[in-house]
Amino acid sequence: MLRLEGINAGYGRAQVLRDLSLEVAPGEIMCLLGRNGAGKTTTMQAIMGLVPLMSGRIMLDGQEVSRLSAYKVPRAGIGYIPQGRRLFAELTVAQNLEIGLRARKSGPEVLDEVLDLFPRLRERLGQRAQTLSGGEQQMLATARALCLRPKVLLLDEPTEGLQPSMIEAIRQVIVKMRDEGVAILLVEQRVDAVLSVADRVAFIENGRNTETLPAEALRADHSIVDRYIGV
Amino acid sequence: MDLGPYILLASLEGAITAAVLSLTAVGLSLVFGVMRVVNIAHGEFFMLGAVIAWWIAHSFGGHPAIGFGVALVAAPLIVGALAIAADMTILKRLNYDPERTIVATIGLLYIIQQMTLMGYGPDARPVEAPFNTRLAIPWVEYGADGWAMIWPWGLGTTSYKLAVIGAAVVLLCGVWLLMSRTRFGLVMRATQADRDMAQVFGIPVERVYALVFGLGAALAALAGVLIVPIQQAHYLMGADPLLLSFIVVIIGGLGSLPGTVLAAVLIGLSDGIISVFFSPTLAKILATLLVGLVLVFRPQGLFGARSE
Repeated sequence: MLRLEGINAGYGRAQVLRDLSLEVAPGEIMCLLGRNGAGKTTTMQAIMGLVPLMSGRIMLDGQEVSRLSAYKVPRAGIGYIPQGRRLFAELTVAQNLEIGLRARKSGPEVLDEVLDLFPRLRERLGQRAQTLSGGEQQMLATARALCLRPKVLLLDEPTEGLQPSMIEAIRQVIVKMRDEGVAILLVEQRVDAVLSVADRVAFIENGRNTETLPAEALRADHSIVDRYIGV
Repeated sequence: MDLGPYILLASLEGAITAAVLSLTAVGLSLVFGVMRVVNIAHGEFFMLGAVIAWWIAHSFGGHPAIGFGVALVAAPLIVGALAIAADMTILKRLNYDPERTIVATIGLLYIIQQMTLMGYGPDARPVEAPFNTRLAIPWVEYGADGWAMIWPWGLGTTSYKLAVIGAAVVLLCGVWLLMSRTRFGLVMRATQADRDMAQVFGIPVERVYALVFGLGAALAALAGVLIVPIQQAHYLMGADPLLLSFIVVIIGGLGSLPGTVLAAVLIGLSDGIISVFFSPTLAKILATLLVGLVLVFRPQGLFGARSE
C-alpha cells in the first residue's frame, strides 16, 4: 500500500502540491486526472524523492520512504516510468535493463520475465536506446522499471504519442501487473484510456486532491469528468 | 642535418606533451561530462601530483626508481582523496550548480596553490627519472653510395621519454576499459546521461560524483608525476596544463573521451613542432585561435554530441 499523507512540495519557493493525500492499494490502478500544471508529474517526482517535501510523508507498507535519500526510494520497491521515457539514450537496450536490474539486485530470471512481456526488446538487446522507435522506447522504459520487480509502479503518460497497437500493448502489460498485485499510479491525459483501465480516479486541481471516485461512477456519469477537466 | 630529423625530434617532444596533456584533459573531460562541473582547479591537481612526487622521491633514498615507483601509485591516490574531500565539503553543498562551482573551484585553485607555496616553497625542484638511457635515433639519407643509415648528431631521445608516451597510452586504454567494460563505467555513463533517472534506478549519484571528481584529479596528478622528471616541480606549474586542457576539451567536444584524446594529440604535436621551428608563443596563439574557430563553427566540438 502506497500512501501519501498531506504532502506539500514544490520547486524552490514555488509550491506545487498542497496537502495532497492519496492511497494506492496493491492490485489496483489509481489514475490521476487533472489539467496541465495541476501537479500530476510533481506528485510522481515527490514520491521518487526528486522533489523535496516541505511537509507530510509518503508511506510504503509501513516504511516512510519520504525520509530516504532519493536513490534508496527505488530500492524500497517503487518503479518509475517518467514522462518522455527518459532512457539512457547512449546505452544499449541491455545496459538500460541492467541498470534496472541492479537497482534491487534482481536476478537474470527477472530479465527473462520482462523480456517475455516485450519480445521485441529481446531482438534489440545490443541496439542503442536512442535508435529505437517511439513505441519500442516506451516498451524499454516500462521494461526497465519492471526489472525492479516493483511493488508500486508509477506511469506518467505512458501512451503519449504512440500508435494504437503500441498503446494496446502497454495497456495489457499494465493490467497484467495489476493482476499480479502491483499497486499502479497512472497519469494519463486521454480520459477514455483512463476509464478503460482505472479502478479508481483521483482528481487533482492546483496541487490539491479534490475528489477520489471509483472509475465505475465515471463510466456511468461522464459529466463528472467534464466538471474537473472540461475544456 | 636536413629538415627531416628536426621534424622527427620536434614530433617526439610534441608526443610527450600530447601524452601528458591527454591524461590531464581526459580527467577534466570526465569531470565535466559526468558532473557538468567546470573544474578550474584541475591544473592544481596536476601540480600537486608533481610536488607530492618530489616529496616522496626526496623522502626515499636509494635508487631513484624506488621513490618514483612509490610516487606513481601514492601521489594519484593522495590527490584523488583530496579531491573527493573537496567534492564532499564544497561542491556537494553547492548542489553542483554550474556557475557556483566555477567560482568555488577558482577558490580551490588559490587555496591549493598558496598552501603549496607555504609548505613547499617557490623553488622548482627536479625529480630524478627512474631510468634515463640516451637513445640515438637513426636517419636514412641519400648519399654518395645511395641510401644509407646515418646517426645525426643531436637526434635522440631518452628511454624515460618513450616510457611516458607508453604509460599514457596504457592509462588511456585503462580509462576506456573502465568506461566501457565495467559496472562503475556503466553507472558513470548512466549518471552522465540523466542524473535524475540514475537516482530513480538506485544509483547513489552523489557518491558517483565524488568518485568521478577523485578519478579526474587522480588522472591529472598521474600526468604530473610522469612529467616531473622532465620538467621539475613548481607551485605555479598548473597554469599551462589547465589552459591546454581546456583548449583540448573544447576542440575535442566537452565530455567526449575519444575527441579529447584526439585533440590532445593534435594540440600536443603541433605545440611541439611549432615551438621548435618558430616559438612556443606562436604555438599557444594558434591553439587558442583554433579554439575560437571551433567555438564559432562547431560549438559542440569536433566529436561532441549536439545538445538537444
